[in-house]
This record gives sequence, structure tokens and C-alpha cells, in this order.
Amino acid sequence: MTLEDIKKPKNIVYKKTPLLTDTVMHYCPGCSHGTVHKLVAEVIEEMGIQEDTIAISPVGCSVFAYNYLNVDWEQAAHGRAPALATATKRLNPEKYVFTYQGDGDLASIGTAEIIHACSRGENIVVIFINNGIYGMTGGQMAPTTLLGMKTATTPYGRDAKLNGFPLVLAPMIAQLDGTAYITRQAVHTAPAARKAKAAIRKAFEYSQKGIGLSFVEIVATCNSGWKMSPTAANKWMVENMFPKYPLGDIKDVLKQE
Amino acid sequence: MAEKILMKGNEAIAVSAIRNGVDGYFGYPITPQSEVMETLMKEKPWETTGMVVLQAESETSSINMVYGGACTGKKVMTSSSSPGISLMCEGISYLAGAELPCLVVNVMRGGPGLGTIQPSQSDYNQCVKGGGHGDYNAIVLAPASAQDMYDFVDWGFELAFKYRTPVILLADGIVGQMMEKVELREMKPRRTKEELLAAAPWATTGKTADRPYNVITSLALESDVQEKFNQKLQAKYKEIVEKEATHTEYMTEDAEYLFVAFGCSARICEAVVDDLREQGIKAGLLRPVTLFPFATKRLAELSKQVKSMMSIELNAGQMVEDVRLAVNGACPVGFYGRQGGNIYTPDEIADAFKKFNNLK
Repeated sequence: MTLEDIKKPKNIVYKKTPLLTDTVMHYCPGCSHGTVHKLVAEVIEEMGIQEDTIAISPVGCSVFAYNYLNVDWEQAAHGRAPALATATKRLNPEKYVFTYQGDGDLASIGTAEIIHACSRGENIVVIFINNGIYGMTGGQMAPTTLLGMKTATTPYGRDAKLNGFPLVLAPMIAQLDGTAYITRQAVHTAPAARKAKAAIRKAFEYSQKGIGLSFVEIVATCNSGWKMSPTAANKWMVENMFPKYPLGDIKDVLKQE
Repeated sequence: MAEKILMKGNEAIAVSAIRNGVDGYFGYPITPQSEVMETLMKEKPWETTGMVVLQAESETSSINMVYGGACTGKKVMTSSSSPGISLMCEGISYLAGAELPCLVVNVMRGGPGLGTIQPSQSDYNQCVKGGGHGDYNAIVLAPASAQDMYDFVDWGFELAFKYRTPVILLADGIVGQMMEKVELREMKPRRTKEELLAAAPWATTGKTADRPYNVITSLALESDVQEKFNQKLQAKYKEIVEKEATHTEYMTEDAEYLFVAFGCSARICEAVVDDLREQGIKAGLLRPVTLFPFATKRLAELSKQVKSMMSIELNAGQMVEDVRLAVNGACPVGFYGRQGGNIYTPDEIADAFKKFNNLK
């Protein structure tokens, strides 16, 4: 195989899409947010839906997602993004509406909003970044923090008796009749990122079919919060996060058996 | 001749929303205002005007649905009662901070806590002074009849879009539940896409080639940026205070004593004024129709004409503080109120008035 064989459009994993603005990202080096932003931007570009997309950012590190993607944005109160998305979509059914939320936002303070948006079968896309920690506020325990994991509010490691168990949301909402597509992905390697992008694209396509909510969980790193180097964080994620949050599709109502 | 229909104040809100081209209603059931959503669901406006009606999982969600709908430039509203409004205060602060237009109806019941389902006016401070966090105000309209409930929906949206601010329609259990004749005004269709773009160029309608992308947010981490924004908000509130304060007066021309009351209390005080006039006491009434902005200027004028004023409220004395600020010591200001869902009779108010003024 020569270099020319490899340098083909179908093999391109990363490129700068015009859907990403020129603003320098505030995310820490090694953080997964930048990669996921890029994948979402690429999907919007490739589908040609910039004019038809309305995005909703959460509270947390990705509150500033609106600085990076060249689409109209609504910034939600902590956890409430699915409520905004519900009204935005119902009042503008021709639009593609997606929320971008972290685990503190979606799986803690916003559990009511996400569960009821799923239950009502809102035709929206939810991108859920699960890195097991509150990044922006300085590395406190999230609902998805693993047992034994040290954070600013679990300095001796998460203890089930003291702090409860990690909340595994995706299989819970997969049981709800209003959800169409539930998948769990990661972006730590090029093949993983390509799979994640395909999942995001499917979620966007499903949202216009009137079949319910599509949910793409990205198991992600927060190397600053985890106090690791980017490489070590990826390794730790594979070894510790993936067993609790295994990758792959959890529900796909249109999948042919 | 315009059609007149006998209906509850709460029903008038719903009928008015449909007839005034409201795009969306998001609510959660709570007594004494559930007829608003019940009427909307029964009328099925999505089949006629295309209006969206949705029962949310909580008041928290309702107000955030309103936030989402308002971001897209649509005319959206919710309704609730006191404990539900407490939950919505976070969202109202965000709506004010993001400069979004919307209508929030509060059909007040007695508090604090779960309180009572009977009428009250004890959310004056909550709705007029803020309720949520930060330096903000919402425009507050106080209806006193079913007709007001109908008319203030359209007025509220007019003000909401004019100033890009949440508007609260502060009613009470009496006005919400009382049945009265309501004149149905001419139908207003929902805005077309072009009309919406003209009225709300800032909205999240989808980024087109002819403009930068729109962001609706209330976040400014830099202190200087946030302060500058706050100053802009305050300038807006100052303009609202100067231009939009609305009140009505009853028998004030030669009045020696003034009642100040809003909503259902103003209706009751009209009867008190009539009774006192029959006894030869020159009483009058000022009814603030907007609570923010308040009838400060007119009250200051009247304080030089009357011997005393008395604020009559279904609470422990909330608006009376604003009356005292307006009067600034120029005349004595008394207060009489009932709480817990109890309602005063005209005689009861007249007795309190005479006691305060040493009259027989």
C-alpha cells in the first residue's frame, strides 16, 4: 500500500469544516469535547443542514459550544436543555434540533427533563458527554463517577454507601417507548471517532423521521479533572470506563434483524 | 356587534391566546388555574391556528420550554399558580437575562409553602421585585376582571416583544375562577415566517447566509461585560417605568381619602368608595394596572391632595411599601389585608378605614 492509496477522501478522519468557527477552543488539551464538536460540525456540513439546525448548549464546560459551531444556539439553564429542545422542535418541526450536554447537566440536575423528553418521544438529538466528572466547576463527583474514583468531592474515592452508585442512563431510557436510537460511542481513536460520527449522523437523520428521540452517549475523558496526561486518560478510560459503560448500539428501532 | 360569552377568567386566558395568534403554551396543572390548559386542550388549536399546546412534567420544565420557544421568536406562554411560579423563578431570571419575550400567568393562591388553594395576592413581592436571582424586572400586569384576562394576553405580548422582556400577568384565584361576560375581540392570526423574522431578527430561526449565527444566552463571565449588559437592562427598565406605567382612577377628582388596590381588591374597593360616599366621606380609588412599572408619579401627586391613603391587599402588606415610597411621607399611609385565602367584605374594609382615619 502506497501513500497515494491512503490519501483518499474516504480515509480522511479529521479536517477543518467551515461549520467550525475560527475561535480558539477553551477546552484543555486532551479533552474529548473538541473532537465531538468537530464530528457534529462535519455531520451538519455533510448533510447540508446549517440553515435548518438549532443547537442547545448546557451548563458545564460545553456551555461555550456556541462559540465554536456556526449554527444558531440557545444556551440553557443547568439541566434544562431537553425542555428547550422540546419547545424549539415542536414549534419548528422542520428544523434539526440537538442538545449537547455533559453528565452533570444531563444525568444529575436534568434527569427529569431528559427522561420526560425521551418518554414523550420528542424528535430531537441528544449528544451526551460522559466523562464521569464535573469539569468546569473543578472536578467534583458526577452521577456517572465510577466507584473508587477520586474527585474533589470524593477525595477518598467514590464509596457506594456514602455517595451512591454510578448512574447508567442509556439502558434506562432505552426502555422508554419514545426513544428511537440509543448508542454509546467514544472518540479516543480514529476508528472510534469514525463510528461516533456515523452514529451522530444516524441520530440527526432519525430526528426527521418522527420516530422519537435519538441519544448518542460519548464516553469521554477529562484528563484535567482526572489529573492525568491525555494519553494516560485514554488508557484509563478504556480500562475503567468502558467496562461500566460498554460501547455500541443499545437500541435502534429501525434496525433490520 | 362583537360576541360576548360568559366564561371564567382562566378560560378567557386560553380563548384569548388562541384568538391572538399565540404560537405555543406549555404548562403544568395546579389549582386554581388548571382551566387554562384544560380549555386549550379542549379547543385543540393545533387543528385551527396551529398553536402548540403541551403539558410538561413540571413547572421547571414548562418555563424552560417557554425559554426554548421564545428563543425561536415565537409568541409563547405558560400559566401557573404561586408554588409553581416559585419553581419558575429560575427560568424567569434566565428569560430576563437573555432578553426573551414571553407571557407568564400567575393565578395567585395563598402561601407560603403549599398554602391554600383559595385566592390571594401574596406573590406581589415575588413577581414585582424579582423572585429569581439577579438585577432584573419583569413587566407585571394586574387584571381585575375576566375581560382584563382576555385583553391583557395581547397587551402582554405587545410589551414583551417591544422590550424583549418577560411579562407576568398577575391575577388571583378570584379573577381566575369568577365567571363574567367577555367580549371577544377581532381574531389576530399567528405571525407568518416573514413577520416573525421582522419582529425577532435575533431569534434562533436557523443561520442563513445573510447574517452571523444567533446566540441566545445570559452568560458573560467577564465582569465588565456583565456590568455593561446590566446597565443596558437597567436603561430598558427605566424606559419602561417612564412610558408604560398604567393605572385607573375612581372618584379621585375631589377625593380626601384614597384607597390603593389592584386586581380583585380594586373591584371590592370600588364598592367601599361608593358606600363611604353615601355616608358623605369623600373617598377615591387608584388601581395600579401595571405593578411594574408602578403608578409612583400619580400617587406622589395625589399625596398632596388627600388626607391619607390606604393600601388594601390580600396579603400581609406588600404593595403598601411601594405606596409609601411613592408618597415619601407626604401623607399617612395605612394598610388593611386578609391572608390565607380569606377575602374581605366592603364593610370590613370600611371599618378598618374609619379606624385608621379616626372617623365614625
